[in-house]
Amino acid sequence: MTSLDNLIIRFKNKEVDAFEKLYEMYSDSIYGVIMNIVRNEEMATELLQDSFLKAWNNAETYNSKKGRFFTWMLNIARNSAIDKTRSKAFKQSRKNLDSSLFVDIIPDNENLDNKTDAIGIKNYVKALGETCKQLIELLYFKGFTHKEAAEELGNPIGTIKTRNRNCIKQLRDMVL
Amino acid sequence: MKDIKEYIESGILELYVAGKLSEQENQEVHEMMYEHPEIKKEVEEIEKAILLLTASVAPGTVSFNNILNHLNSNDKRVIPLKTRYNWVTYTGWAASILLAAGLVYNYQSKVDLQGELELTERENRILEIKFEDSQEALVQTQNTLDAIRSKDVITIPLGGQGNFADSYAKVYWNKEDNSIYIDGSGLPETPTGKVWQIWSLTLNPLTPTSLGTIDSFNDDEDKLFKFENEYSSEAFGITLEPTGGSESPTMDQLHTLGVVNSNP
Repeated sequence: MTSLDNLIIRFKNKEVDAFEKLYEMYSDSIYGVIMNIVRNEEMATELLQDSFLKAWNNAETYNSKKGRFFTWMLNIARNSAIDKTRSKAFKQSRKNLDSSLFVDIIPDNENLDNKTDAIGIKNYVKALGETCKQLIELLYFKGFTHKEAAEELGNPIGTIKTRNRNCIKQLRDMVL
Repeated sequence: MKDIKEYIESGILELYVAGKLSEQENQEVHEMMYEHPEIKKEVEEIEKAILLLTASVAPGTVSFNNILNHLNSNDKRVIPLKTRYNWVTYTGWAASILLAAGLVYNYQSKVDLQGELELTERENRILEIKFEDSQEALVQTQNTLDAIRSKDVITIPLGGQGNFADSYAKVYWNKEDNSIYIDGSGLPETPTGKVWQIWSLTLNPLTPTSLGTIDSFNDDEDKLFKFENEYSSEAFGITLEPTGGSESPTMDQLHTLGVVNSNP
């Protein structure tokens, strides 16, 4: 059994230290996804907290057979953030959502408490093709299915899977 | 078994991490991961790349302390709930089911009663209509009866003639208001295309005058028909004539005839 599997079992048993480990592993990523959807730091922070508390309160419903823990968190967070953007209050505060991609909001200044080398990533991501940026935006940040992404980009469904595979491959070559 | 390399290259694992596969596809990938370590390794690397990428967008790191504060304020309340309220939960469900069953039963009874009520109301309406019809018929009969019982009315029996010896009729003549009632209950039904025609006759010389035809003879229930008669009739006769009536009576179709008694 891997340490991740073990952590998840302990998380489902409501062991707070396991929850904290998982939070440290995934919260930056979840924060980034939420931030890209709501484009408001205060709101994103609140949604990040809500999402992890939701995960904790529904820990027993997570089943590794249905997907990765990160993926499960990703779905919870995306749904919360998208719900928020549909709320009246949100629409009033921000009439027009920025149509820019996640790439455009990667912070420029090196953030001392950010464990990821954001500057390095930004340079790598910029090197990705436009289609890759859009695909990653839709599939990972926005939670589109590959069929929806194909429609959005006007690509044939059949090519989306392999095209995305190539994009992620490029990314892996750069960042791992 | 699927070619592992081909499976990896299909791009399904990238979509698996994105979280937008069907439940069935998710289970399939999960099984493949545990059967083939290289697939598991591939998934982990994809996830790692996505983790780094998404984390780079975060404006910073939010401390777990925020979460911890929430947990500390909520934990003590949340956990006992599960055990303490179990029987309450079960009895709650049982009560809900009973209530639901009761509601269904009540609803069904209501539907049945409503059906019965509608049926009864419909029957009532039909009876009301029948009652009104009867009432009207009764009034008409009463009026007719009053008319022929009046002291001014004289009765003239008309006897069967020639081949029609079985036929008979009666005329009730009110000389005051110049009306007659024909009681045709002793006449046979008219064949298609024929009607009864009523004649007023003077005898010397024999002059017939038509009073009209009975067009609805067969459909009429009491066979009582009213005609105007302003003539000084000495006799009345009824002949069978083609529909629309004739100028003068067809004598071989004279069914009944009766003379007015000057002293009834």
